[in-house]
Parts: sequence; structure tokens; C-alpha cells
Amino acid sequence: PFLQSALEPYMSKKTLEVHWGKHQRGYIENLNRQIANTPLEGYLLEDIVKISYNRGSPQPAFNNAAQAWNHDFFFTSLKPGGGKSPTGEIAELIDKQLGSYDNFVKEFKLAAASQFGAGWAWLAREFLFFLSSLSFYPFCLKEAKLVVEKTPNAINPLIWDHIPLLVLDVWEHAYYLDFQNNRPDYVSTFLEHLVNWDIVNARLDRAKAFMNWGEPDWDLFDKDADILTYEEAGIDVVEDSS
Amino acid sequence: MTRHLAGSRPSDILGFFCFGGSILSGGVAMASAMTRLGRRGIGSARWSSMAVAGQQSRASHSFTLPDLDYDYGELEPAISGEIMKLHHTKHHQTYITNFVKALEQLEQAEKDGNAEAIVKLQGAINFNGGGHVNHSIFWKNLAPSKSGGGEPPEGKLASAIKDEFGSLEKLIAKMNADGAALQGSGWVWLGLNKDLKQLAVQTTANQDPLASKGLVPLLGIDVWEHAYYLQYKNVKPDYLKNIWKVINWSDVSSRYEANL
Repeated sequence: PFLQSALEPYMSKKTLEVHWGKHQRGYIENLNRQIANTPLEGYLLEDIVKISYNRGSPQPAFNNAAQAWNHDFFFTSLKPGGGKSPTGEIAELIDKQLGSYDNFVKEFKLAAASQFGAGWAWLAREFLFFLSSLSFYPFCLKEAKLVVEKTPNAINPLIWDHIPLLVLDVWEHAYYLDFQNNRPDYVSTFLEHLVNWDIVNARLDRAKAFMNWGEPDWDLFDKDADILTYEEAGIDVVEDSS
Repeated sequence: MTRHLAGSRPSDILGFFCFGGSILSGGVAMASAMTRLGRRGIGSARWSSMAVAGQQSRASHSFTLPDLDYDYGELEPAISGEIMKLHHTKHHQTYITNFVKALEQLEQAEKDGNAEAIVKLQGAINFNGGGHVNHSIFWKNLAPSKSGGGEPPEGKLASAIKDEFGSLEKLIAKMNADGAALQGSGWVWLGLNKDLKQLAVQTTANQDPLASKGLVPLLGIDVWEHAYYLQYKNVKPDYLKNIWKVINWSDVSSRYEANL
């Protein structure tokens, strides 16, 4: 969602050319090849990720699917002139549930640095289920809590049914051309100059509805776009017989 | 049921000798320590010998970056000098630095009797120690072409490769395929199963040493992105194709023959 040179000098055009143009392109093209003529064809990318994870014995499509999803989520998590402390609802949640923005920064940097090898550092929303005996009938309460987490290689928190809000790619290919082995500087640069807190707030809004339907179709929110009726969009509406 | 005097049964006698023996040997140790320390009073010599013995029983954590047998640029055009310099002076050195740090923290945790910390440190020790072990092997596995890099193996290793894989080309093809297919960071190895006396191609993740798979490492190829990214970008297969031009087969052979 931005020109490849728009993130300079914090992330070089060269990095994005290879990262987006070669790595991401490769994941998507290979995935398309892998799912052609299989039951997975036609599913939403997120569903492909969850299905092909296969509860821990991933099918071949998992790697490409998850990496494609992760990278898309990552590129949309960046913005020129981003970074620094957030505003809006995410800022309140961070203060309430993670202590403070500085504490979030500390945890995030630790997750990114301690992910040995290739992987990702996330800010996500997890759901804690617990039984409550507020009434005679115990019932499950779902409490949504912000959490900083890290995942190896292609894995992402979708497989734990968390809802990701922000991600940083800590595979070496994400920073090697710009920072070489200096991952800590890369993480600091990301936090200070590139984080797209607007999209984090938008994701949080959707997460609050306990739905995670991937990136929204931004055209739907375009004021000049025609709003279609269900009929025009080709969606069948079944009349409720009550 | 006969009764025995306490102290006269064989196990008791053995115990007596052991106990006596330990006093004796303890005394001998102290005596030698005392002579080592020179003529100080017995009291102070005993305490300070214990202190000295305690420090000397810990390995001094002096892991250092091994020098390369060649200059950084000598492996070009297979591997660029820029990569070799970064790989050696930054990545390998960082593994060593963090390894030593983790070992020092382990020592402290052991002194404090902090079991939780001891277990928690194992991850850092395995990762950084593995990185040091693996890269030390890797530097020896490489050589510039003028020093024999790329020349095919001879002797016992050559015939073993032929027996196990059919030909050197087939071995290379297998290692390249496995290395390319490896997702994330790791290594692809030619290893030796000592029990079966068989060669095997095996990949490891991150910095796990090949020993964790029960094989002796003979030849390792680093397929972490830092090993090739500046030169080959995302085209890992090209890196794997070209690295064979600088593989030091005589080093691989010596490792093989040393472990037969």
C-alpha cells in the first residue's frame, strides 16, 4: 500500500523489491500451484492456513500459505511516517493490559531478539476462557487480552485462534540488506518509524467483534464507490419464514 | 543366624577402608595443596586451597573466534568477501560472545541453586554453542580453489560416497535439494553414522548440532539467509550450486577417516 521507496531511509527500496517482489511473489505463486485442483482451492487464505496446519503436522501448502499471509499482514503493518507511540483505542488497551507503551516496546524487542533463527514477532489478541460461577450455572467468559508473542519460521498466531494486530518479520531476509546482522537496530527502527498504528486500530475494531476476516476490502469504504444491494452483488438472501 | 561384631563384616571393613582412604587421599590433596601454596599456616592453607580448587574446577570460558585459513575474498566468486567478513566477524563472533555469557549465567545459577534458571539457559547455550561448533566446522570445510577447494574427494571417502549415493554428483544433488527445501534457518550436512559406518545426508534446524541426530559432522553447508543473502538474495539454489567450487574435500576426508 505504498511506493517501494516510501519507507526510506528506514527500510530500503532494495529490500522491498526483493522482499515483496521476489519472496512474497514466490510464496503466492507456489501456493497457487500447490492448491490448484485440490480441495483447498477457493478457500480464504486464512482458512487455508488453519486447515493446512493440520493441528501440528502441517501439509505442504502450509508453509507457502502461512508465509503469504504473514507477509501481507507485515507489509500492511508498515507505513511511511509511522511508528512512535500509538493513539486511539490501541493506546488505551496497551496501557491497561501491557502496562505502558514502554513496556510493550520492551516486550516486543525481547520477543523479536529471542526468536532464534527465522520467525515473527506479534502483537495479538488472545482469548482467555474461564468458568465463572457468578450464578448457579457456571458459564464461560471470554476475556480478550493483548499479548506479545513470537513464532518460528512460518507459524502465526492464527493457529492458536488468536487475532493478530501487528507483526514484524524477523527472518534475516527482512533486514539483512539494510542492517546486516544487527537485528536489534532493525526492531528499534520499525518501532520508531514504521509501525502503522492506524491499521492496528482498524484491526482491533474488527477483532472486538470476535471476527477475523483478514484485511478488509478498502474499496468498500470508499465514499465514491457505489454501494450495491445484495441482489446486485449476487448474494442470495433467504427470507426468514417467521 | 550368626551375629557379627559391628565393624568386622566385609561391607563394614570396606566402608572403613573407603572412609579411611578418603581421609588419606583428602590429606594427600591438602598436603600437595599446601606445598603448592608454600609455607603458610595450616589453617589458612586449608581454606585458601579449597577456594583455589573451587575456581580451578570450573572450565575457564575462553572460547575464541578461530582464524580462517584464507582471506575473506579468496572464496569469490562462489561466496563474496563481504559475506565472509560479516559471517566470520559478526555472526560467528556473536554466537561466541553470547555462548560465553550464557555459560557465565549458568555458573551463577548453579551457585545460586536456581534450577529454573539453569533449565531456562539451556536454550541459549544450545543455540549459541551450536552456532560456534557448526561455524568452526564450516570454515574448515571451505577452501579457495588455489588451495584445493572444489577438487573432488579421493580415497576412502570417495569410495564410500560412491557406495552410498552412487556418485559425487548424486550426493551433491541430494544435498542441494535438501538444503533448498529446508524452511527457515538451518544447515544441510554430510554426516557419518559411526555405528553403521554409513554416510548420510541430514538437515538440522537453526543451530542444532548434527550430534543431536546421532551423526558425526563431516561437511556442513550453512543455509541461514545470512550465509548468502547479500550476494544471492532469495535465490538459495544458486548459492548451493556454487558453493561446491570451494568445498575443501580433504578436510571432509580427514574427518571421515578420523571417525572410522
